[in-house]
Amino acid sequence: MPTEPAIANAPVHSDRATPVLVEVENLAKHFPIMRGVFRRQVGSVRAVDGVNFRIHERETLGLVGESGCGKSTAGRVILRLYDPTAGRIAFRGEDIGDVHGESLRRLRQSMQMVFQDPQDSLNPRMTVGSIVGEPLVEHGVAKGRALDERVDELLNAVGLSARFANRYPHEFSGGQRQRIGIARALALEPEFIVCDEPIAALDVSIQAQVVNLLQDLQERLGLTYLFISHDLAMVRHIADRVAVMYLGKIVELAPSDELYREPLHPYTRALMSAAPVHDPELEAARERIILTGDVPSPANPPSGCRFNTRCPMATPECSVREPEWRELRPGHQVACHYAGDVERMPAIIKTGEPG
Amino acid sequence: MSGATATHPVLAVEDVRTRFHTQEGVVHAVNGIGFELGEGEVLGVVGESGSGKSVTMLSLLRLLPTPPAEIVSGSARLEGEDLMALDADRLREVRGARVGFIFQDPMTSLNPVLTVGYQLTEPLRLHLGMDKAAARERAAQLLDLVGIPEATRRLSDFPHQFSGGMRQRVMIAIALACSPKVLIADEPTTALDVTIQAQILDVVKRLRRELGMSIIWITHDLGVVAGLADRVMVMYGGQVVERADVKSLYARPKHPYTRGLLRTLPSPDAEGETSGRLASIPGHPPSLLQAPASCPFAPRCEHAFDRCQRENPMLQAVGEGHEVACFFDVDRGAPRAD
Repeated sequence: MPTEPAIANAPVHSDRATPVLVEVENLAKHFPIMRGVFRRQVGSVRAVDGVNFRIHERETLGLVGESGCGKSTAGRVILRLYDPTAGRIAFRGEDIGDVHGESLRRLRQSMQMVFQDPQDSLNPRMTVGSIVGEPLVEHGVAKGRALDERVDELLNAVGLSARFANRYPHEFSGGQRQRIGIARALALEPEFIVCDEPIAALDVSIQAQVVNLLQDLQERLGLTYLFISHDLAMVRHIADRVAVMYLGKIVELAPSDELYREPLHPYTRALMSAAPVHDPELEAARERIILTGDVPSPANPPSGCRFNTRCPMATPECSVREPEWRELRPGHQVACHYAGDVERMPAIIKTGEPG
Repeated sequence: MSGATATHPVLAVEDVRTRFHTQEGVVHAVNGIGFELGEGEVLGVVGESGSGKSVTMLSLLRLLPTPPAEIVSGSARLEGEDLMALDADRLREVRGARVGFIFQDPMTSLNPVLTVGYQLTEPLRLHLGMDKAAARERAAQLLDLVGIPEATRRLSDFPHQFSGGMRQRVMIAIALACSPKVLIADEPTTALDVTIQAQILDVVKRLRRELGMSIIWITHDLGVVAGLADRVMVMYGGQVVERADVKSLYARPKHPYTRGLLRTLPSPDAEGETSGRLASIPGHPPSLLQAPASCPFAPRCEHAFDRCQRENPMLQAVGEGHEVACFFDVDRGAPRAD
């Protein structure tokens, strides 16, 4: 055993190293579909449809999935930007699914969001200083000299010069704008930040800068992240545990190294095999699972297992009976009838043609 | 798979220079790009936004609005004929017939009020002089070729009735309609999900094998290029900074920018390398408001020395088919001797 505590760099994983900060149970968000003159509801888009997970203090939970799988909606419901349709959200053990008014406002100080596109999420008519300082003013935390000092401090924390406070967002590059967005999210000293595709709009050489910044801040300030992304490699790098979402449901959740080493759900396998690897030799040699068809509509999801229409190993049972969410190994949960059947899985999976 | 017969290129591009006249001044977007594309070869063009990769290709076919764009110089010989010197009528015959183009966003490049069948048969009737029935039959074959189920029925559908991945397949089918010699694909899978991207890449690899097309694949994704390209050209600040066959480029990158790019990516296959920090390239891309008089990467380069601020390096051979534009020899760890 090392003598010095390796807290800063040690992945937290699912062991009870730190207490649970955020917990969701059977969380659902359905958006109504309205038609006709009287705007009658004719159906609903089941964007998030029964999701369970916990995020421990100082942990990063990655949430991956393709567009339309409900990952962003899940993040927004947890922050109460949307009201949940069903289920429970707890923050520090306290039910927050139903808080309103002043208590919700107070709650917002502890939970913040970093958005995908810093171009769209920063008001072009406000100076950087007023963007970053707005939450402080809004929540009555600071004003006057103290406000200016805090804004300078926040800009420095994200690697921007305090001189930039009087400039406007358009004067900055994409990476710098994302730093401004992060500074604003940090203003109220939140404990929990939902990062919704924070690097998707950035160039490759800038992505690493922003990811490093998020990791530094986490270490220094003890932050907890929900990191939503479609970039599997980046999620593996930043997250302690990863949840994979498909059509409104989480299909697999595991410590990130384990998930990437040995995915148990056929969708996770397909997703990983589809992600290109930047190594020509490996690309030519490896087998690829090519899924057929498109993601079905969340307004009318398939019966049984939602992945059954595209699953290379689906059986008739899969279209009838929904797989239960079970813990197959310590900390590794999966929803698939055949997840334990490792023998069966590679045999049935169709391999793509190499190079 | 080294179909690169550089001795007899299908397309030979030389010294393309393109500028944009903007309110802030003249943007030097493309500064002397040249390359050759072999028969049946896939050339990957890698670079970040603003590196000039799309503008270069759009310049070849004169698809840029002028003004604000201005093509200062350049030639692009397609089987001997210079595309950049053609008159408008002749150019229209080339576009779509001998050179196919696929754009990033299929929703903005398909006409929303015309059926997919109409958009597919139009080039066939225009360029190949097919009658309606023959064109329709060929259109259905094309949709089938790119993997769209129930092809004949779907000809009467409008673009919005297709999903993103299917729309991109329609775009590919249109680009392939007249069996072009050269297919230029500009970030065709960037807006798509990875599982759909894998499907499209699978289709492209198959088509390339079956039809023997030459392909220029523009992307910022080094992973896609690794799996698809024979040769790779890395662009930065409107210039080519490195060019090599795909294996040497990934195994022995010579330009500090290429090396930096490859280092910044977290590798999903490196065991246990998930904690710690990513290597990053400091700074941000150049503004291009000045004509390049020095190496465009110098301000962000860890190896830059005084010469890099004074001169702009030219591409020079450093191995078989491997060229780099850099004054620093990363293998020796010292400035390159001329």
